[in-house]
Amino acid sequence: MDTFNLLMDGFASALTPMNLLFAFAGVMLGTAVGVLPGIGPAMAVALLLPVTYGMETSSALIMFAGIYYGGMYGGSTTSILLNTPGESATVITAIEGHKMAKAGRAAQALATAAIGSFIAGTIGTALLVTIAPFVVKFAVSIGDPSYFAIMVLALITVTAVLGSSKIRGFASLGLGLAIGLVGADPVTAQDRLTFGIPTLVDGLDIVVVAVAIFAIGEALWIAAHLRTTPAKTIPVGTPWMGKEDWKRSWKPWLRGTAFGFPFGALPAGGAEVPTFLSYVTEKKLSKHPEEFGHGAIEGVAGPEAANNASAAGTLTPMLALGLPTNATAAVMLAFLMMKGIQPGPLLFENEPELVWALIASLFIGNTLLLLINLPLAPMWAKLLKIPRPFLYAGILFFATLGAFSVNMQAMDLWMLLLIGLLGFALRRFGLPVLPLILGVIICPMAEVRLRKTFQLSNGDISGLWSEPLAVGIYILIAVLLSLPLWIALFRRLRGKPAVSEDAIAIDHIEVPSDEAGAGSNQPTNTSGLKGSDKK
Amino acid sequence: MSEVTTAKKKRVELLFAAFLLLVGIIVFVDASQLQVTYSQSDVIGPKTVPFVVGGILVVSAIALIITVLRGNLAEGEEGEDVDLNQPTDWKVILPLLGIFAVTILIINWAGWVISGTLLFFGTAVCLGSRRWVLTFLIALVVSLGSFYGFYVGLGIKLPAGILSGVL
Repeated sequence: MDTFNLLMDGFASALTPMNLLFAFAGVMLGTAVGVLPGIGPAMAVALLLPVTYGMETSSALIMFAGIYYGGMYGGSTTSILLNTPGESATVITAIEGHKMAKAGRAAQALATAAIGSFIAGTIGTALLVTIAPFVVKFAVSIGDPSYFAIMVLALITVTAVLGSSKIRGFASLGLGLAIGLVGADPVTAQDRLTFGIPTLVDGLDIVVVAVAIFAIGEALWIAAHLRTTPAKTIPVGTPWMGKEDWKRSWKPWLRGTAFGFPFGALPAGGAEVPTFLSYVTEKKLSKHPEEFGHGAIEGVAGPEAANNASAAGTLTPMLALGLPTNATAAVMLAFLMMKGIQPGPLLFENEPELVWALIASLFIGNTLLLLINLPLAPMWAKLLKIPRPFLYAGILFFATLGAFSVNMQAMDLWMLLLIGLLGFALRRFGLPVLPLILGVIICPMAEVRLRKTFQLSNGDISGLWSEPLAVGIYILIAVLLSLPLWIALFRRLRGKPAVSEDAIAIDHIEVPSDEAGAGSNQPTNTSGLKGSDKK
Repeated sequence: MSEVTTAKKKRVELLFAAFLLLVGIIVFVDASQLQVTYSQSDVIGPKTVPFVVGGILVVSAIALIITVLRGNLAEGEEGEDVDLNQPTDWKVILPLLGIFAVTILIINWAGWVISGTLLFFGTAVCLGSRRWVLTFLIALVVSLGSFYGFYVGLGIKLPAGILSGVL
């Protein structure tokens, strides 16, 4: 099979001793940074981008794959041991995982998360291998109107479907699109929103924007509200699982994978919905439903697998269409573009060896992660105790270093500060970050497609829906936007069906669980840990 | 929550909505100054997308103003080290921003090692570190380490500034 041979070539180029070393370094760095409190996977990846600047492309790719999986696993570790979801996708993991940890089963929680992530990541990447060529073939056949419609769909779903406040979501999207407009217009080369500043003509560097929003904005926000007594962590030995744990975990892993991948692969991606669906399903199917809410292992195994499978799924539109649908994929796209690689259907044709080396690297990174992280978990757990002033000073320091080393321009640092302040404001005023970051990246791509669409239709607006696929997508968008209305109608007609209850609960789950988390952090900490805090 | 703080929160958030509105208007004004030369290959011209973006911003800003006036206020983002019961601590943020600005101003002259040390040391102190010597040593180590690490490991030459020749 053609794909298989290409993948084997990918393995061959990724499996040199030097590249294995890079993969190892990537996994270590990614986990170390991802495990730090306050750093989600997207921020971990953004902060570590500069490490790959001077590298040869294929080595950078394999290192990046390691960082990617390492950062994600690091985030889960933090959720379990500290009850601190680094991003919304690990909120569910934190619910049951932290309860397990408090009940003295941290080792099992970490083990089921690690093994589940490995299985889901491997199956997910295998599915990526199978599906990507079809998506590419399909992507080559569709025209600009459909492309534009898909981008609109991606923006609408992250803005209107996933967030809790639609108005704030659209405000965030608007800001992102505005940032994406900065620079020379792609067709007429006139300056837009540059205010006469020459360095802005090329547009804002996406790495600078990502680092500013994720790292600077977050660090400033935390600095403004820094807890005087940081949350206590739970000490942990080497993760392991008993026979009973395996028995209870393997089905949730597979079901979680089944939920996660499709949601990630659709341009309407996001890991929140599949992790939540997986949690609800496991709760329903479990023989121990009474344990849910008190540390049920299925509640960690399923959502963790769903999260990782969705991350692998996200790579399908990212690589095959050039369309990122979550924050980490957005940073990954920025990384690829920085390396002069333009993801999209043509990438598979023009540079197959790069694509397949990257995909092979994902398999390798995922495997290394499991091998390294199980024995090293106690060491990672120690990182959770790093004094907060050093941690956040370090984030600011490395964010500055990363943004500066792109172009060595002080101007980039002013942009970093300015957009960092914007990131602070987003967090202060409850605006979601994701619509902004996707807006920045997708805005220029979508504009080019839109203008080509109108070029083809000679300015006739019906050009927008001149392809059947585009029509279908606009109908889907209309359905999604009117979903709350449908649910309300449905409930009124049929009483209170369980399905709509769940669908509604997705919108609200983050709020109560977050509050519960923050509230239970302080008083319920296990005692007797304080002595080991300071040496 | 007392009525006074709610009223104040409302005012601050209205200010933010006004900022959104302003950005929207700037996008509009900027776009309206673009020149459109009709051509077959670019029918909608460079203005259309900025107008749409400006529209999204203006509409969402107005909607936000209405929401806030109705009493639906934003919740700040939660996090493990975030204590939302405290108001924004400007005594931390302002000096921290000051340090950041000074770092940027001197970076080309002083070079990465000096400005990086200042950045780490300054921000750590702003964030409450009181172990001066240790903080300074860590700042120096990460700055020197990143300078040489980038140079030797990645082949990227960060500016040495006034220390060029010494480093």
